[in-house]
Formats: sequence, structure tokens, C-alpha cells
Amino acid sequence: MCGPQIKINEASYRFIQDTCASFNNNPGELINILHKTQEHFGYLPAEVQQVVADCLGIPVGRVYGVVSFYSFFTMKPKGKYAISVCLGTACYVKGAEKVLDALKSELKISEGGVTEDGKFSLDVLRCVGACGLAPVMTINGKTYGRLVPEHVKEILAEYAD
Amino acid sequence: MDTIKLTIDNRVVEVPKGTTILKAAEQMGIRIPTLCNFELEGLALKNHPGGCRICVVEVVGRRNLAPACITECMPDMVVRTNSPRAINARKTVLELMLSDHPNDCLQCPKNGKCELQALAADMGIREIPYKGAQSNYPIELSPSIVRDANKCIMCRRCESVCHEYQSVGAIGAVDRGFPAVVNTAFNEPLINTNCVFCGQCVAVCPVGALSEVDNTGKILRDIANPDVKTCVQVAPAVRVALGEEFGMPAGSIVTGKIAAALKAIGFDYVFDTDWSADLTIMEEGTEAVGRFKAFLSGDKNVKIPIMTSCCPAWVNFYEKFYPELREYPSTAKSPQGMFGATVKTYFADKIGIPREKLISVSVMPCVAKKYECEREELGANGDPDVNYSITTRELARLIKICNIDFANLPEAEFDSPLGASTGAAVIFGVTGGVMEAALRTAYEVLTGKTLPKIDFEEVRGLDGIREATIPIPGVIDLKVAVVYGLKNARTIMEQIKAGNCPYHFVEVMACPGGCIDGAGQPYHHGDASIVKARYKAIYEADRQMPLRKSHENPEVQAIYKEFYGEPCSEKSHHLLHTHYFDKKIKFDLEK
Repeated sequence: MCGPQIKINEASYRFIQDTCASFNNNPGELINILHKTQEHFGYLPAEVQQVVADCLGIPVGRVYGVVSFYSFFTMKPKGKYAISVCLGTACYVKGAEKVLDALKSELKISEGGVTEDGKFSLDVLRCVGACGLAPVMTINGKTYGRLVPEHVKEILAEYAD
Repeated sequence: MDTIKLTIDNRVVEVPKGTTILKAAEQMGIRIPTLCNFELEGLALKNHPGGCRICVVEVVGRRNLAPACITECMPDMVVRTNSPRAINARKTVLELMLSDHPNDCLQCPKNGKCELQALAADMGIREIPYKGAQSNYPIELSPSIVRDANKCIMCRRCESVCHEYQSVGAIGAVDRGFPAVVNTAFNEPLINTNCVFCGQCVAVCPVGALSEVDNTGKILRDIANPDVKTCVQVAPAVRVALGEEFGMPAGSIVTGKIAAALKAIGFDYVFDTDWSADLTIMEEGTEAVGRFKAFLSGDKNVKIPIMTSCCPAWVNFYEKFYPELREYPSTAKSPQGMFGATVKTYFADKIGIPREKLISVSVMPCVAKKYECEREELGANGDPDVNYSITTRELARLIKICNIDFANLPEAEFDSPLGASTGAAVIFGVTGGVMEAALRTAYEVLTGKTLPKIDFEEVRGLDGIREATIPIPGVIDLKVAVVYGLKNARTIMEQIKAGNCPYHFVEVMACPGGCIDGAGQPYHHGDASIVKARYKAIYEADRQMPLRKSHENPEVQAIYKEFYGEPCSEKSHHLLHTHYFDKKIKFDLEK
């Protein structure tokens, strides 16, 4: 009889260890550590959160509490190109939902989903601070503004690799 | 001390600086309703998130309503606790809460004990005007605890006790907005988490979101089964708390009534865990004396301090958090475990039935004991030594189901040969009790002399960490520590790890004040005076016993003569001692 075994790739384990160490394993830096970790892995699967908790000496529930609270953090892997549609107030009243619907039907996924080939993922967020360009979406950090649903096809075409 | 004068409900009151409106009102006899706010004063349990907003009051000149539980009194403040605005807001908050709360009060484990139900009654709620979304979570069963997140009102009392008091952190708030709920990480079942099943989350939950696994049905089934015999043991702390469930004052000692009630329910044999508590002292005390002697003779490998191992949540804690130190706690089984092992071997033989035909049940102040019953190592060939355990609350329910007039029940005695006990056994129910019982015996064993004074006042009290030096003349100045709350136990474990633990002997109990406030006891709803009354009653029960040292228990002496030989003999090692496992989370690194 022994405790639970958590499988994780050794390089990933070392990366998390080093990241936590760079913040002096200070639990107060949890959010910053999660940012760095998500930046590296693209998402925060359970085993990654377990290692973070272990390094910081806090219960994994604390880590999961933060990850599940902030919509920026995700436990699902993202697509190669991560699309985020802003549904903040300004974007919403300027028709962001129609843009979102166009993306959904074009990519055949719903929000939070990833296309079968892993190329695109689709998420919504609240305000990227570009309300003057509303409605806005970002793809891997690149901002597209003053959108109408008809733009969706040509923008996605930019990512035909 | 700086004081502040303010007006609450048209009366002037003077309170120390830093006092909350809630506390100030309480002093004046004004009870402002609360839900999330919780404190077991002097016993380290508390939760003051200011989250539920049931306690809102009107502060003249302040734009919004103030939560009384976290708003400090200010000079010349004018507070109205029952203004129409405050009452309407309070009612709306409650109605919104109830709009996403199941209406199954009649079948709810908290029926009649629920703080939300009581509040709804007090506030005169007759309909819920809001029809919104309904949470729909599956109910989770673990060996000890049942979680029904649909009933969670996000007061987060459970989270506070789990994280702050126990330093375990198995459950906490996850997600945000409507789906926000108290849950484990990744929605794992409790059994896969660091949960130690102490059950204090159940003890503080104001609603039916957390409750104990109910085994009363199993008892009624087994008692009706003509093919088996049933026996029961009753833990020390049960006898100073059960009376509360029948309207008796807190601290009533109802030992004789419990024995009578269990006989009336139909158990074939009604025994006492106090008997096996005395047995525990013989085994653990002998082990301790052996370790002290080895330590004094310069043995560098002996594990000092020896730590108690009666508390099942504590055992879970060191298996899950400090497996590398698991050789420090005594190998002695808990009194429940020793009783089970004896009844299924010695006693089953004595009455001439196979152990599987003897159903052994325990009544415990505890939720973690249910988990202990399910430990494979505490049984033989798949037959558990204790088939299952019920809490003090479940026993109260059972007595009510069986329509027994408990308050007027004439007292009865426990059965022989596993029923006699001493005062040293009954104090197992309180923090410091196991230590004191062990000292009463160890002193006499080590010195060969009679104790000049039986009471070891030095180890008594309700502080979370207590330490004392007990001179054992000619042998050792024994440095002891008594702690309750696993956060305090963690402090000691860290000392051991760092090699600077100054103690020889440490007692650990998970629950506040020890088993008297075990998670299976009648709900105290934050009233510390109830726990303190039980504390007094335990020592009163000790004083009332003609024998007060475990080694003087005639039925313990008899079982050594007849069955075990001597303490820590080969046979008792086999039946009365156990071993612990490494249950810590490990990372399996793949290349």
C-alpha cells in the first residue's frame, strides 16, 4: 500500500522546480509562477499543478483554486494558434458575439474547444484594453480590431501553414 | 485599554477598540443572525470571511450596508441592526441562497440541526421568489464523509478548518461565479487526496453539504439477523456528550444509560472501549518505557519522542505527510483497534463462534474511525476487527429510531469480560488524557513506587500546544508535549525533522480539545461552553472511578493472564500492534 504516483516528464518537472526556485519557492508568488508555467506548457494540467504545490509547500487545492478561479489559466491544451474573443462590455455591444458565432461555425468548435488537428483553439475573455477597436480578438497575442463576422475567414486564412 | 462608545439600536454601548459590531451587539443581548461567521472560542477553530452577508446592518451615514461580523465599531457610530433596509437585504440574501438549495430537508442528514433551515424559519421564509439555475453535483461517498455540494452555501468554514486548523488543505473553494463551490483539487474523490478524514469539516458545516457516512441501517439489519452475534464498544468521549441529544445539559455523564440503551437496542454484548484504552496504556506504556530505557542507555537508533497513535486522523496525517517519520509514533493500535482484535479472537473463541459470525461495532466521537475500520491491516482474512463504526450522533439517531426514552432510562453496567475500566481510560476522551494515563502507569513501572498524586495537572488544559517536564525520580526528567490540531502536530514533526525536538513523549489529537469535540459528537454550532462542559465532565468521570490507573484494571490483568501473557509479548505484538504505510504523493519521473 502506498500513496498516489503522479507521472510527469522529467524535463517538465525540472522546469517547474526551477521556475518556483526563481521565485524563492514563495507561495505568495503563485500567480506569477502559474503565468510562467502556462507560458511554457501552454496549459496547466493536473500533474503540473501538483509539482507547483509540492515545490511551494502548499496544498494542491490552493493551486487548483487559483487556476480554476482565473479565466486566463486553463487546464486544457491550447491549439497552435490560440484565438481569444473579447466579450467585454464595449466589444459585446459592438457585436462580438456575432464574430464569435462566425468563428465557431468556421472552426466547428465551441468556446473552450480545440480543433481536431490541434491548430486552433477558441476562448472568450473579458477586455483586452483595446475598447477603442471593439470588437476585438487576439490570435497568439496579435490583436484584430473593428471586426465583423465577414472578416473571420480571411483572418483564419493568414494561418494556413 | 482603548474603548469606543457607539449606539446600537438606540442604546449606547462601550466596547474595546477592535470589537466588531456583531460582538458589541452580542454583549447587549442583540443576536444578529450569521451563517459563514464561526468561532469556537479558545479552541482555535474560526472562520470570519464576511462572505455570506446575512449579518448586514445599517450604519447611519454609510452608503451601503455593513457586514456586522467583520466591521469594527467606530467612535460615535450609530448602528441599526433591524432597520427595514437591513432586514429586507438580509431576507433577499437568504432567498437567493435558498433559490439554489435543494428542498429535501425531510431526508437531509442535517434535518433539525441545520443552521440554514433554522434561519429560514426565523426569517419567516414562505416562498422563494427567485427561480434561477440549480447546481447539480453528484454526491460523493468516502469511507467517512459524505459530500453533497448541491447544499454548499460557500460559507467556507470547512475550508478554514481544513487549511488553517489542520494544515491539510484537502478541500477549498474552486471556480468562480455561479459554479463556485467547495471541492477537492481536480474534483478527485476525497480518498485520493490528502484528506485525513478528521471530519472537522462535517462538525462545522452549517448545512447538509458535509455529513458522516450513516451506518445506523447496518446495525438494525445485523441485530435482526439470527445468524450472527453482535457486540458493541463505546469510546470514552461519547459518555459526556450523548445526553445533549436528549435535552440533557452539556457535560452530563450518561455512561450507565448508554450501556442500557445499547442493550435495549438489542446488542448481544455491550462492552467498553475504556477497557481497551487501559489495554492500550499497558502496550503503549510498555513500548514507551522500553524506548526511554534504550534512550537513557545511549542507544542512538531509538526513536524519541515516542508519539501516541490512538487518533485515526493523526495516523492518516503522518502516513500522508510525514511517512519518513512513521517510526516515531507508537506501534500500539488504537483502543478501537485493540478492542476489535481481542473481541474477534479471544472473545469469539470464548463464545465458540467463528469471527465472521461476530459483528463488532464501535460507537465513536469520531468520523475518522470509520476509515480506520476499513484498514486492511486491522482485520484477518478480509474480516475486519471492527466491522463498522457509528458516531455519537448516529447512536442518538439509533436510540430515537428504536423509540427508547433515553433521559428516563435506568442505568446498566457494561458486560464482562471486556467492560471494566479505570479513570485513566475515560480521560482518553480529552486532550492530554492519553499522556496522563500513560504517565500514571509509566511512573509506577519505572520507579516501582506508588504515585504520590494521581492527577498530572501539568498536562491538562485546552491550549493547542502544552509542554511539561515530569520528574520521574531516579530515572528521567521526562519532557512531554500535548498537542491538538494537526497544524500543531506539524510543528512537532518539523522539529523532529530538523533534529531539534526537545520532547521524549508527545500526545497528538486532531480535534479541538481532543475527542470531546470529535467530529462525530453532537453539533456545538460554535458554542465553546459545550466543549468546556464535556472537558470538565471527563475529569469528573475520572474522579468517580474507584480505580484510576490502567494497570490496576482487573479485566486487563485477567486478559494478560488468560490470553496475551504480558504487555508487548509476541501475541500482543501480533494482535495489538500495527504498522504504518507511506501514503505520500510521489512523482514518477519519465525520461
